[in-house]
Amino acid sequence: MATEDQTTIESLDPRISRAHLSGGNHEDMTGLLHFQTYEVFHQNKRGAQHKHVGIVHAPNSDMALLYAKEQFARREQTANIWVAPSSCIAATEYADDDIFTTTPEKLYRNPATYKVMDRIQAFKERGMTPSDEA
Amino acid sequence: MNNIDALKELLYKMADDQLIIGHRNSEWNGLGPILEEDIAFSSMAQDKMGQSEHLYNLLNQLGEADADTVAFTRNAPQFHCSHLVELPIGGYDFSLIRHFLFDFAEYLRFEALKTSAYQPLAQVAKKFFGEVKYHTMHANTWVYQLGHGNEESNSKMQESLNFAWNYALGMFEPGPAEEMLINENIFIGEEALQAKWLEVVIPLLEKSNLVIPEQSSWAPIYGGRIGNHTAHLQPLLSEMTEVYSIDPSADW
Repeated sequence: MATEDQTTIESLDPRISRAHLSGGNHEDMTGLLHFQTYEVFHQNKRGAQHKHVGIVHAPNSDMALLYAKEQFARREQTANIWVAPSSCIAATEYADDDIFTTTPEKLYRNPATYKVMDRIQAFKERGMTPSDEA
Repeated sequence: MNNIDALKELLYKMADDQLIIGHRNSEWNGLGPILEEDIAFSSMAQDKMGQSEHLYNLLNQLGEADADTVAFTRNAPQFHCSHLVELPIGGYDFSLIRHFLFDFAEYLRFEALKTSAYQPLAQVAKKFFGEVKYHTMHANTWVYQLGHGNEESNSKMQESLNFAWNYALGMFEPGPAEEMLINENIFIGEEALQAKWLEVVIPLLEKSNLVIPEQSSWAPIYGGRIGNHTAHLQPLLSEMTEVYSIDPSADW
């Protein structure tokens, strides 16, 4: 806590005034221990994929789950949450991102480009079962 | 006292407890120990106010004034909250211990009310049960964490527990119509609730390395339910109703 500056902040907000906050000269906080970060994964319904939504700071996974609930599941439908220490994530190097260079060209790997809708439509119209189509 | 009055008494004490602890806990907004905790604690404070609104709406259906009028126009002697929720926020150790002691009581109260013969109340209890369950998880995780933290964190939690204990027992001040509520299957009664609460909180506190005050020193602090309050309540109400007093139609 600051020792030099004895003036406390006066605020219109009574909570701030009650806290007797010092006006400045805060101790250097760089030497303090910091919590680790946890990556948060959110699932909106059972069976759906968990999607990465962000991080929380916490001293352990129990606390991380508590915080993940309030940070990332306060406004959305939620079935489940995972947290994992950020240190457990292995990642590719951005320096190696040339390994992905030709990916956008490989549209044939994208199922959206398969032209099958007309066949499916015809199939439905005929009212056939899959075994009918040789 | 007829059963409608008995029911009103039950609803008022629950709603007033929630409103006042909700306001108290919201005082940490912007001042919490870390950002994530600040958001979580403020969000739970908001939950409490939301719950109180639902209960005030039930009172409204029983002929009382609307929720805003009831929440913002009464003075301290007309409130039914327990002394525990009125006390200033103190340090984070006290606020967490109060959160723990209060929310486990609320959780068990809601659990009992889920099967209340008074359907509207049973529905509110079911609706908010999960919300309150999270509040108990939050409280217990913190208490466990600090109980096992280091000597300083443990002794701060222990001191706050010692201070809060008799106030917490005061939450279970018997009402004027306990038997009627029990016989009509509206509520299990304060005595049974306290017994359940002790069964739950004592092992959890012991697991958190905290010592329950000697039973010979237990002396519940009553009075809140009949309008006798600490000197802390009126300043809180004056602050909470400041905007409403200036402009009762203010909205946002």
